[in-house]
Amino acid sequence: MALAFDEFGRPFIIIKEQEQKTRLRGLDAQKANISSGKAVARILRTSLGPKGMDKMLQSPDGDVTITNDGATILEQMDVDNQIAKLMVELSRSQDYEIGDGTTGVVVLAGGLLEQAERLLERGIHPIRVAEGYEMASRIAVENLERISEKFDFGLSNIEPLVQTCMTTLSSKIVNRCKRSLAEIAVKAVLAVADLERKDVNLELIKVEGKVGGKLEDAELIYGIVVDKDMSHPQMPKKIEDAKIAILTCPFEPPKPKTKHKVDIDTVEKFQTLRVQEQKYFDDMVQKCKDVGATLVICQWGFDDEANHLLMHRNLPAVRWVGGVELELIAIATGGRIVPRFQELTPEKLGKAGLVREKSFGTTKDRMLYIEHCANSRAVTIFVRGGNKMIVEETKRSVHDALCVARNIIRNNSIVYGGGSAEISCSIAVEAAADRYPGVEQYAIRAFADALDSIPMALAENSGLQPIETLSAVKSQQIKENNFYYGIDCNDVGTNDMREQNVFETLIGKQQQILLATQVVKMILKIDDVISPTDY
Amino acid sequence: MAIDRIFKDEASEEKGERARMASFIGAMAIADLVKTTLGPKGMDKILQSTGRGRSVTVTNDGATILKSLHIDNPAAKVLVDISKVQDDEVGDGTTSVVVLAGELLREAEKLVAAKIHPMTIISGYRMAVECARNALLQKVMDNKEDEEKFKSDLMKIAKTTLSSKILSQDKEHFAKLAVDAVLRLKGSTNLESIQIIKKPGGSLKDSFLDEGFILDKKIGIGQPKRIENAKILVANTAMDTDKVKIYGARVRVDSMSRVADIEAAEKEKMREKVQKIIAHGINCFVNRQLIYNFPEELFADAGILAIEHADFDGIERLALVTGGEIASTFDNPESVKLGHCKLIEEIMIGEDKLIHFSGVELGQACTIVLRGASHHVLDEAERSLHDALCVLSQTVNDSRVLLGGGWPEMVMAKDVDELARKTPGKKSHAIEAFSRALVAIPTIIADNAGLDSAELVAQLRAEHQKEGCTAGIDVISGSVGDMAQLGISEAFKVKHAVLLSATEAAEMILRVDEIITCAPRKRENRM
Repeated sequence: MALAFDEFGRPFIIIKEQEQKTRLRGLDAQKANISSGKAVARILRTSLGPKGMDKMLQSPDGDVTITNDGATILEQMDVDNQIAKLMVELSRSQDYEIGDGTTGVVVLAGGLLEQAERLLERGIHPIRVAEGYEMASRIAVENLERISEKFDFGLSNIEPLVQTCMTTLSSKIVNRCKRSLAEIAVKAVLAVADLERKDVNLELIKVEGKVGGKLEDAELIYGIVVDKDMSHPQMPKKIEDAKIAILTCPFEPPKPKTKHKVDIDTVEKFQTLRVQEQKYFDDMVQKCKDVGATLVICQWGFDDEANHLLMHRNLPAVRWVGGVELELIAIATGGRIVPRFQELTPEKLGKAGLVREKSFGTTKDRMLYIEHCANSRAVTIFVRGGNKMIVEETKRSVHDALCVARNIIRNNSIVYGGGSAEISCSIAVEAAADRYPGVEQYAIRAFADALDSIPMALAENSGLQPIETLSAVKSQQIKENNFYYGIDCNDVGTNDMREQNVFETLIGKQQQILLATQVVKMILKIDDVISPTDY
Repeated sequence: MAIDRIFKDEASEEKGERARMASFIGAMAIADLVKTTLGPKGMDKILQSTGRGRSVTVTNDGATILKSLHIDNPAAKVLVDISKVQDDEVGDGTTSVVVLAGELLREAEKLVAAKIHPMTIISGYRMAVECARNALLQKVMDNKEDEEKFKSDLMKIAKTTLSSKILSQDKEHFAKLAVDAVLRLKGSTNLESIQIIKKPGGSLKDSFLDEGFILDKKIGIGQPKRIENAKILVANTAMDTDKVKIYGARVRVDSMSRVADIEAAEKEKMREKVQKIIAHGINCFVNRQLIYNFPEELFADAGILAIEHADFDGIERLALVTGGEIASTFDNPESVKLGHCKLIEEIMIGEDKLIHFSGVELGQACTIVLRGASHHVLDEAERSLHDALCVLSQTVNDSRVLLGGGWPEMVMAKDVDELARKTPGKKSHAIEAFSRALVAIPTIIADNAGLDSAELVAQLRAEHQKEGCTAGIDVISGSVGDMAQLGISEAFKVKHAVLLSATEAAEMILRVDEIITCAPRKRENRM
């Protein structure tokens, strides 16, 4: 083991307390890593595609999450194994970068690992395998570029965008009303998109959910919805043409940050202090009133007296609004966030056409709608659903759809879905493999096989014969030299993904292949695993 | 080399068939648990809390039962959640929604055992829901135009809702209470303004609706017990020691005489505050916070009725009924809106003294005083009344009404059955299963009433083949009866919500093929 000797022949210890550590080396290490990577991929495999199943996750606190979003499943899974953690990271980075395809990327990585295992058994050096994969991934990405199509859309023609979002949503539980949700997502993205720069700031889209009602009640609000109500029950519930003062200072007596004491030792001092205090509240409210605000939104709380003064001066106010929401309100209404009362000026006020309070259900559940804002660049998607889990899952699904719409606006190339892109890449990689001399050829071929694992999983989940279906589609693609034949998951009767309107974004697919290859390369390069044994 | 574990210690994973079975069984267990409370002859449950005191609740409200259960099965949690949502959203039908979801899963389990893919079942269920919904929409009755009829509809709904609860003996009485209370709200769904006061003693029949407002507080000593044409100031302000709120202020003095000075100043300050309040020209002062003896004495001297420590809800309601605003500063007496009422007096209910405000300006709020033999009865009565009030307030907004007694289920089942016959493919099995699940509800109602459910449901089904049938299960006489004549109605909104959320939940559970449970967080044992 890890024993070394110095020049006097005395052994010295390289790893601290090495007897207590388990250690795997060489092929064993690689195989163990591969099999744990595969185990993670196996969990997600059944969630792929429109007929994919969901997973139910119970958190340490007993909360239940039901989802088929790869990133969410892995995140909540309480994974201990190091390699499994890498896979979790993989799915997360796909989520951050693209937002969709988080399941696919893990399944692909699983496929690559499985193929690599076979090559290792044949005695091919892991680095050669990794290099072969690298080459193959380049071929595949180029092929994707080749088969991609440009999408024309504009503000008037949102149909292609809607179709793409529908492809994403069709694998989720919300696929019952995917049409309406896809439209909402696309409209939301277009509302905040900067088409000139081809950029979308998803932070401007807020997804709010509330249990109750049904999925169909989801709506897009051109404005902000805040889960708060007016600070005083008797303030008006509806304000038109509101001028909003957005404050981050509390309506409370001042609290200097330095440590101090105010000593009261005479009656006069007591009285001055009292007068001072009253004046302070009065001043605060007066300042807001002076600049012409008709609504105050504050990040902090109000003192009872201040609250009444606000009410008294007919100045509705909302308290305890979170920082993120405050920013959104500031963006939407074109106002500035004001940290001190002294700095309030009329220019810093935000403007909104309509602010109203809306109540839900039979309990005291109210939300504040801020609509018709000066700057309509912030929107809210408001999701309803029969129970908490549905609402959460819908929020995640809408997030995926938003990401997809954003990706298309950034880069309007698409590829066809339903596994057709993977099959086409697999054919291209397979064909290219023969041109490479050396051991890498095998690795490249293995890569092509791994690409097949995605359409294979799709077919499996849809209850089709995986091998039969895949080979039929593959031969069809080669015969007709068409790259839009995929797996007919919904049993529509045609393999033509163009007819079925199943699209995915080009960058999403490219990213999947690149990320999966990278992680697999990393795993293959590990030949020594040192882990502390259980204490 | 096989890896032994990916998950952390104690985290477990269930796959495929096992996972599905775990969730089916969990969900069905929950449904069976509340099943026996369904319908007018449903039984109650006793819940004993594990907390200190081992307090006991007797109820037949589905949401209340499920809320107090400690459940470990994740699928069961989904059902508990839909019941909770149903409670928040429409207030009634909390049992039905769980039972229907349970039945849907029970049927789905059979189909899965017959090797039909869950996704196929889901798509069949979806078609069936759509069809059932349309069937309901077609048969719905709307009497919004005709006020008389609408009111009688409301009465019927209230009676139907109450008939399955403890109040069923006096349902006429309570239905009238509830309808009157809700009609006063004039379309708002804010049930906050209906106050329910529970006073043990007397019988349920002695419960009454009071048009005014009753505050469960005592009048200060030496203050008038009866005020006519009261001007009320509703306040939320400190009337104990009025602190200096500026941070870091403290009193530091060097001699006893100084202390006395400051104390005097404090007193003076309070006196001034009281003077300011009195300057509003009021004769009644209600504060949310405490009123100490000193200010109370001052109020008594001025002949003002001062009520301390009315809670938040009380204050808000009082402000609502009297039309005053909740004040915290008193510098501008001319612009503060005062509340008014004709008469304030102290009344006795049972042993307790309460303050009664009558002849209030805004008639929105009202108070229902519940009387009953024990706390358990009162609590259950309150829950039942709350259900009825919720349903009624929702019905006022959405006035569509259906018949009750299993009628809507049979209407839906009939249409869904027809759809099943027309649909080719495996889906039709799922659609058929959906209709069976719907029929299970009248079956359970009949079973709970000790009737021959197989016989009755079959008769009912035959009846429903006729056009314009209004037949349902008449539990009282134990036969198939005409629901329109018996006056058994249900709100469309409730049934609609039951149908949709039950299917959504069933769908969700069906889609699951793997359960991953994290190790429960360790808690120190506090016992």
